[in-house]
Amino acid sequence: MPEAMLPTEVVLGAWVAAGLTLFIYSFLYKDNPLFKLGEHLYVGISVGYSVVLAWHTVFLRLLWEPLQKAVGEAPASPDSYVLLIPATLGVFMLTRFIPQISWLSRIAFAFVVGFGSGVAIPRTISSYILKQIEDTVNPLLTMGAGGLTMGFDLAAPQSGVNTIILLVGVVSVLFYFFFSVEHTGAGMVTARTGIYFLMIAFGAAFGYTVMSRMSLLIGRFRDLITFAGAAYGYATLVLLAVTVLSLVGWELATRRKTGGASPE
Amino acid sequence: MIFLKRQLPLAITFVMGIAFTFQYYIPHPVSEDAITNVSKWMQIISGFALFLGLASLFHVHAVKITRQVPGWGFSLALYVAMIGTIVIGFWSHGETKVDGGQTAFGWLYDYTMVPLQGTMFSILAFFIASAAYRAFRARSREASVLLVAAVVVMMGRVPLGQFLLPWTWDVTQWLLNVLNSAVRRAILIGVSMGAVALSLKIILGIERSYLGGGRDQ
Repeated sequence: MPEAMLPTEVVLGAWVAAGLTLFIYSFLYKDNPLFKLGEHLYVGISVGYSVVLAWHTVFLRLLWEPLQKAVGEAPASPDSYVLLIPATLGVFMLTRFIPQISWLSRIAFAFVVGFGSGVAIPRTISSYILKQIEDTVNPLLTMGAGGLTMGFDLAAPQSGVNTIILLVGVVSVLFYFFFSVEHTGAGMVTARTGIYFLMIAFGAAFGYTVMSRMSLLIGRFRDLITFAGAAYGYATLVLLAVTVLSLVGWELATRRKTGGASPE
Repeated sequence: MIFLKRQLPLAITFVMGIAFTFQYYIPHPVSEDAITNVSKWMQIISGFALFLGLASLFHVHAVKITRQVPGWGFSLALYVAMIGTIVIGFWSHGETKVDGGQTAFGWLYDYTMVPLQGTMFSILAFFIASAAYRAFRARSREASVLLVAAVVVMMGRVPLGQFLLPWTWDVTQWLLNVLNSAVRRAILIGVSMGAVALSLKIILGIERSYLGGGRDQ
């Protein structure tokens, strides 16, 4: 049975996606014009995308449409024009490019930074300091049918033994970063314990990051394999050949220019 | 003029900082409305800030193109990609899908943004591997602990590792949920204390670097 034809935009998209993916992976050989092209396209497209999103989600939905509606409903009310305040502050930010009036941008920055600082203080204390301390100091013993018991199950994060490990970890790591007391004697033991906790956490974080990158890599390779099929016009294979030939040509041209030496 | 350039920004920071610090402790509709509205204002202002960055990017690459410095063609490609995306985005009214169908803007997102972003991040897998070789040589007891933790987590996160060493799954969960949590918690407490101290310094006008340099500061 003949394979169903894919829509043209899907096939075209496959060629573009495969080409851009191979251009970026060409960096594994060395820095080259194909990678630079892919890199610059990535920046350009990302910025363009952010501009379009900002225009539609911020300027239209948060500023223009509510302002138009409010002024239309009550043109005489000063409340209808309240959104002109952030708009003016936004325009003040752009005065950074005009040296004579660039000081106006300070007013906008002051507003943003003042708000951010004010909002951060109570929320940081509540969510990141008090809440974290509260979660660290859990009860060791629990009241069950057989009276007071302490959990020794390492697989249960809330068990008594894990609570002790967690407490030791938090205190020792905090102590390691506390430099007002000399790390000698018992202090040295505590700081060393903190280092071991840090090393385990860094190792775990590293392993976790590696695996997440690997899953992205697998995703890209899966796409490349899919696009290598006949339904997509063997996009990956053709573009791989083009990429390799381009790199060989670039390498030869550069060596000729530099008198036989490798560009790097 | 000195008041407008120097004291007014500091006064605005102080008033905004104090007002929104206390706002948290006032559970009143007026207070709730204030934070909701000003948060929207911040989104609007940050939208303008995006244009600040955009103008800076335009300037940097315009200089490269006009002076025709080596690699100026890439700057031109950046311009074409950026303007092309903006034009297509406005033409599609910022929508990636309309009535279940993909728009040109959606096509651009699916076939350029997604692969480029995924590839850029995935390429780090190779560099992480080479960095791991340098970092993981067990030259000290601390490096050995880091190596063992990383290997156990890597094994515990993939089916092959779990098949070869079934215990790695449980140990990985314990490492992430208990030991890693303890360290993250300690770092979070330390960073938060620093953030609170910095916020206080900003509100009280001790830290002024956000206002930029210049004689007027």
